[in-house]
Amino acid sequence: MKIAIIQFGGTNCDLDVLHVLKEVMGLDAETVWYKQEDLSGFDGVVVPGGFSYGDYLRAGAIAARTPIMDSVKKLAAEGKPVMGICNGFQVLTEAGMLKGALTTNAYPKFRCHWASLRVETTDTPFTSKFGKREVIRLPIAHMEGNFYAEEETLAELDENERVVFRYVDENGKVTDDANPNGSIENIAGIVNEGRNVLGLMPHPERASETILGSDTGRKMFESMADYITENF
Amino acid sequence: MQYQATVTIEQKQGMLDPEGTTVKRALEHLGYATESVKTAKLFEILLEAESAGAAEQKVDEMCQKLIANPIVDNYTIEIEEK
Repeated sequence: MKIAIIQFGGTNCDLDVLHVLKEVMGLDAETVWYKQEDLSGFDGVVVPGGFSYGDYLRAGAIAARTPIMDSVKKLAAEGKPVMGICNGFQVLTEAGMLKGALTTNAYPKFRCHWASLRVETTDTPFTSKFGKREVIRLPIAHMEGNFYAEEETLAELDENERVVFRYVDENGKVTDDANPNGSIENIAGIVNEGRNVLGLMPHPERASETILGSDTGRKMFESMADYITENF
Repeated sequence: MQYQATVTIEQKQGMLDPEGTTVKRALEHLGYATESVKTAKLFEILLEAESAGAAEQKVDEMCQKLIANPIVDNYTIEIEEK
């Protein structure tokens, strides 16, 4: 099993993800510069966080239209898992691989702190190791994390349990106070129709070692690795 | 022929515009009352095309493929012969 971590100009969480996958978990993973268009030989992809292309035009907009994203789409079409973290989530929505859009935080400030999240579904390749409605804590760090989608899209996401994470308070309740960025229905992460493409604003790679405060995020990468082992 | 296209990107009705809201508040501090302040992005694109219509069609494609995000943006195009 080999996982690709895509690097664009301005990506800056690539080495954190590589460290977690390789050093912490002992998996085979490699960073892949966006000019390489061939992803054959990879069984999964992480689009990491950062500020690809300086967030020019719209966050993720330029990266979403680079040729490597066609390869990522091809890999996703084979059912292989693709995880977009933070700027990676923005890239996946801009590429049309996920529904909705990520806009400037309702209070236009860079929010960088721990957030409580509720795991809305365990029926994804990324959350099988969690409990349904389990409340977890992961760090967030973004200014364009305000998820927006039209009503029709929201209904579609709700109906098929495609909202994966919501911002909640410590008791697992969806409240306005627990919503750090104004995201509609407190949405922090969603999957595509095939459930194998996930985008989320929080950073699981920053919570994958107890020495750094938490290893909750590692369960996401473990879920992903299990899914690959079982299916590919 | 050479044409200049002016593309204006505005957020759709009902979208939050935190930058506009902040500017509105700052204007109030200066004593200016306003009904609302909205921000927009403007692109000036110089291109060769056979006619104004052909130029507009090209630029419309550019908007749909990259410059605007149809989920959150509306856009207008003005074409001027150079």
